[in-house]
Amino acid sequence: MTQANPTNTAQALPLQDGVQGIVADWSSDQRAFKNVPWGKAMMWIFLLSDTFIFSSFLISYMTVRMSTTVPWPNPSEVFALHLFGKDIPLILIAIMTFVLISSSGTMAMAVKFGYEKNKKMTFILLLITAALGATFVGMQAFEWTKLISEGVRPWGNPMGAAQFGSAFFMITGFHGTHVSIGVIFLIIVAVKVYRGDLDHERPGFLTGRKGNYEIVETMGLYWHFVDLVWVFIFALFYLW
Amino acid sequence: MAHVEGQQHPIGIYLKIWGLLFVLSAASYMVDYFHFQGYLRWFLIIVFMLLKAGLIVAVFMHMMWERLALMYAITIPTVLLMVLVGIGALEADYTFFTRGVFFVKELL
Repeated sequence: MTQANPTNTAQALPLQDGVQGIVADWSSDQRAFKNVPWGKAMMWIFLLSDTFIFSSFLISYMTVRMSTTVPWPNPSEVFALHLFGKDIPLILIAIMTFVLISSSGTMAMAVKFGYEKNKKMTFILLLITAALGATFVGMQAFEWTKLISEGVRPWGNPMGAAQFGSAFFMITGFHGTHVSIGVIFLIIVAVKVYRGDLDHERPGFLTGRKGNYEIVETMGLYWHFVDLVWVFIFALFYLW
Repeated sequence: MAHVEGQQHPIGIYLKIWGLLFVLSAASYMVDYFHFQGYLRWFLIIVFMLLKAGLIVAVFMHMMWERLALMYAITIPTVLLMVLVGIGALEADYTFFTRGVFFVKELL
């Protein structure tokens, strides 16, 4: 080892890279996550726990789908819409996917403009993101209404295996709740940006910490996670 | 408290990833639209899903620019979920087998 003992400790030690950096960060007797605001590290850890919740849902869905002896309803037909005189498979779900991906794109740009302290663009992009999120929830409400009117219930449905309904309502319901909370969260952050709370470092309502454009990125992490979960639901529930 | 720098990247990379996500979503929709079946369907769905998830986490959530300490703390537990997938699959296989043995008369 050629590492010399640092003698000048007046400044922070330079951060190391690679595997040595991991060891150095975790063994530093300080915070382990360097270079990230505490709120962002905590949001990542919350998202990790949320990953486990959604994974539990998706894995239990896999388990009931693999173990049922009754044929599983074909999602391609169940979620088809009758448009322009013919049945188009999964069209509503495809549109919902594009809406959510677009909202992720506008969110990423809102974060970028936030760090540039461009108040107006950040506010507009946050509002567009919230509007797209609300559109998504609206389409999901439409989808639920359609399925319920067709007789799909958590305990059974006319198309096949009874577990279809319970898995569908549990997984999409939990995801829709996340999107709805995200929309509220987005509007709160947008109002803070608009009022200039972040520019003038006004203390927040809950934590009393100084306002900062980092909260836009923390908000963004949550919103991208909601999109990320939809990627897995789309592939594993609707396309499988 | 060290000075904290925000994640600042040119807008082009977000727009490119956005476009790529659109293409990948369209591709996975096409898998259903053209009725691919069997292993080809599973393979394509999983590949498009993982590519999309990777792009969102790496670029939109800025994970590729974070320090390894944070990156590993978040990604390794997620990968370990594959163990739970394996346990679930084993259990489901066994349940399917026992249902076949004990309830198959009702189904016929």
